[in-house]
Amino acid sequence: MRYLSIGAAAVAATMLLGACSSGTPETTTTAESTASATSEAPIDASGIELTIWTDENRKPAIEDAAKVFEEETGATVTLVQKNFEDIRNDFINQVPTGEGPDLTIGAHDWVGSLVQAGVISTIDLGDKASSFEPVSIDAFTYDSQLYAMPYSLETIALIQNTDLVGEDAPATWDDMIAAAKEAGVDRPVVINTAGQTGDAYTMYGFQTSFGAPVFVQDETGFTTEVGMGGEAGTKFAKWLSANGEEGTGYISTTIDYDTNNELFASGKAAYTVQGPWAIEALTAKGVNVKVNPIPSAGGETASPFVGVQGFYLSSESKNALVAQEFLTNYLATDEAQKALYEADPRIPAWSTLAEEVSSDANIAGFVASSKNGVPMPNIPEMASVWDLWNAAQVQIIKGADAESTWTKMVSDLEASIG
Amino acid sequence: MSEAHEEKTTTGYSRRGWNGWGFLVKLLIMAVVNAVGLMGILSAFNAGSWVILGFAVVLLAAADYVYFSRRALPLKYLLPGLAFMLMFQVFIFGYTGYIAFTNYGAGHVGSQQLAVNAALQQGERRVENSPTVPLSVVQKGDELGFAIVQDGEVLVGTADEPLEVVGTSADGKAPTEVDGWEVIGRRDLLSSQDLQTQVVNLRVPISDDATDGSIRTRDGSTGSIYQSSMEWDPDAQTITDTENGIVYRATDQGTFTADDGTSLTTGWIVNVGFDNFMRLFTDPTIVSPLAMVALWTVVWAILSVLVPFGIGLLMAFVYNDERIRGRRILRTLFILPYAFPAFMSALLYRGMFNAEFGVINELFFGGANIDWLGNPWLARLAVLFVNVWLTYPYYFLVCTGALQSLPASTLEAAALDGANRYRQMTSIILPLVLVATAPLLISSFAFSFNNFTVIFMFNDGGPAIPGAPYALGATDILISAIWDISGVNRGVADYGLASALSVIVFVIVGAISAIAFRQTKKLEEFA
Repeated sequence: MRYLSIGAAAVAATMLLGACSSGTPETTTTAESTASATSEAPIDASGIELTIWTDENRKPAIEDAAKVFEEETGATVTLVQKNFEDIRNDFINQVPTGEGPDLTIGAHDWVGSLVQAGVISTIDLGDKASSFEPVSIDAFTYDSQLYAMPYSLETIALIQNTDLVGEDAPATWDDMIAAAKEAGVDRPVVINTAGQTGDAYTMYGFQTSFGAPVFVQDETGFTTEVGMGGEAGTKFAKWLSANGEEGTGYISTTIDYDTNNELFASGKAAYTVQGPWAIEALTAKGVNVKVNPIPSAGGETASPFVGVQGFYLSSESKNALVAQEFLTNYLATDEAQKALYEADPRIPAWSTLAEEVSSDANIAGFVASSKNGVPMPNIPEMASVWDLWNAAQVQIIKGADAESTWTKMVSDLEASIG
Repeated sequence: MSEAHEEKTTTGYSRRGWNGWGFLVKLLIMAVVNAVGLMGILSAFNAGSWVILGFAVVLLAAADYVYFSRRALPLKYLLPGLAFMLMFQVFIFGYTGYIAFTNYGAGHVGSQQLAVNAALQQGERRVENSPTVPLSVVQKGDELGFAIVQDGEVLVGTADEPLEVVGTSADGKAPTEVDGWEVIGRRDLLSSQDLQTQVVNLRVPISDDATDGSIRTRDGSTGSIYQSSMEWDPDAQTITDTENGIVYRATDQGTFTADDGTSLTTGWIVNVGFDNFMRLFTDPTIVSPLAMVALWTVVWAILSVLVPFGIGLLMAFVYNDERIRGRRILRTLFILPYAFPAFMSALLYRGMFNAEFGVINELFFGGANIDWLGNPWLARLAVLFVNVWLTYPYYFLVCTGALQSLPASTLEAAALDGANRYRQMTSIILPLVLVATAPLLISSFAFSFNNFTVIFMFNDGGPAIPGAPYALGATDILISAIWDISGVNRGVADYGLASALSVIVFVIVGAISAIAFRQTKKLEEFA
């Protein structure tokens, strides 16, 4: 009896198994495509499944390109939606186990840590490389190898309330404060410090106007030499302190992202420093805005960080040829780039499109700001910088001694980078 | 079922001869269990996770044995619980323990093979100004090769045979026919995963001299010349940079390191023994902030139990008095904070405690600029206040329950014996309430010790301790410090160190709970 029941169980189990597991999809013969992306006959990639990680904003755009790709090649494209912030870590941890995607969306400052983890593949865009803005290609270049196909740039800029202070771009911090005072607003400027966490990213334009870059740059790219020390760095720290809570109070740790946007949107602040992602929140209550380059606080050009997004190819991808095909012939095209832009309006890295969309005043403003900007360093050491850097800025804003706090931060940083 | 005429058994399944509907239901449930188990085993096999595979096989075999044998009656009841405990507790803890002894983290995320591949890939560069030439993939037997067109000539080569001229091309496009070779069209190439991998990894040397470089393709239709500067020698476990002759040796730290101390970018996961634990106790940059965090964690956990318990008990007493009208409605109102998600409350309080715009400074402190979130002590006070507000209703409920279940006869007897209210309270009521609530207090202590939500949502552990690594802050407790150290939200990950700290936290909480449970036994002697 026992044998019988075990046998019955096994039979039932296999039946259930058969029901649960999906067999491999039948390969379908693809119809001859009418508009193949290449001049050759369309390729046949039936039976191949391409997995792409994307975030919510860009999903619709990639979906369009994926649909065309599926129709023309017979491949299956699976889009996995993830939080943008989670992608880097998940990618690093899943690729080595063989569970990762073939392609993923990502930011250029991850290059260092992804290379360090050994999870991305170099790519060669061939003739297509010249269609992208050079700065975006540079951003994804690490140790003179290209690791991703860029698609958009982003940077922060000075956003001003034109109803209060007009459209003219203030050249310096002092001009800006004066213009705001003249207009008689509560707060001349509102700057996000992410509350008590600190936001060195937003402050970076002002910092570089004192000539204190986070890492020293030479002709090959970023070195691991911290550039924030010395006199220039101290000057910036003192300026931060003078405008902090114990000084003029223009910069305070009571401001986080939402407060910042709320104060500006309700007309309580004349100027703010924000990125294109915040425009919607800033104009939610109907104020009119103009996007301008960040004013100089220390006499030199204020260079904010420029971030570039693009597509990385997994080093463990078993479909590298198909993935390359998708990238170069289905994403690196005018239509696909335009679709990406329309799904999520960022400054395109695709040169012709970048010119085209500059007719939008806000985009044009961010483009102008990015011309002053520098790519965020993409070396792995960058990841160790943020915590100490943010914390030191908060302490200085709150009234700690500027010079000693700053120099201690620089030496701690140098020690941790080793 | 041939069991229809079986003798009645006393141990058995049924008294009616055949096994009945119950047996059928059991069969169906076990079929599902087996199906799920087999699926698990198959996917573990495909993923090559041998430990999990072994676990799954043993569990499934055990389940089948237990439920289809006539013995093992107690196990029939215990097995589901045991299986879940193994899966969700023992396994997780074992895995955390395992990670604690490795260097898993930034730069060490995979096998040595992954690191080698990365080094070889990073060392392979396209030769400057090398043209992109049309290319076809060709095959002879099971050997793959490339056929390229250059200056009107067709050249063919394989991994072992450098490129040789085999003919001419009229149109300068990728050859579609090559004598002696079978050309693989892109259609066939791209629909085969296996072929793709081979083609991507194929390098065809352009001459007998390896330093001239080799042809590789990235799309299957064009090729260019690449030069590789790294050579991997698996026997010697070294990677040699052929450009400058530096030899990088595999170390037991999971890196390829040269004699001058420089390492290649990518490392791999190795066992590092007690290194992570040693770092927690000896690394000067970590020790002092972590000691602060640990001390605050203990204070936080104790106060997060005692203060709300005191308030809850007091309220329970007051609202247990029959002279109060509308007790039910009032009690319901008291439970509101408990019914509110802690996640949201902490966020709301974060806004309310804002020094400049917060409602707390405005309403209660007459617009004073009190820096609740930026001053370490005020921030600790504020986060404690939030937690008390969130948790006292729980104790209020528990104590109300305990008070209502007090034996009325005992209290009456005490009153007759002339015990005053105070004496009743200290000798009868409190001990009895404590007996009922002490185990809950211990579990609350363990919960507060690891109450990540409130700490993280309220101020993200801030304000930062000056000079502390990993953004450790004044209100960080050990669990949020683990989160910070693990780097899950940043990119400098150190899972090994975070796991080591997790193990330590587990030991601390476990020990304190064990001691406390022993002590509560003494309380029961009162009862």
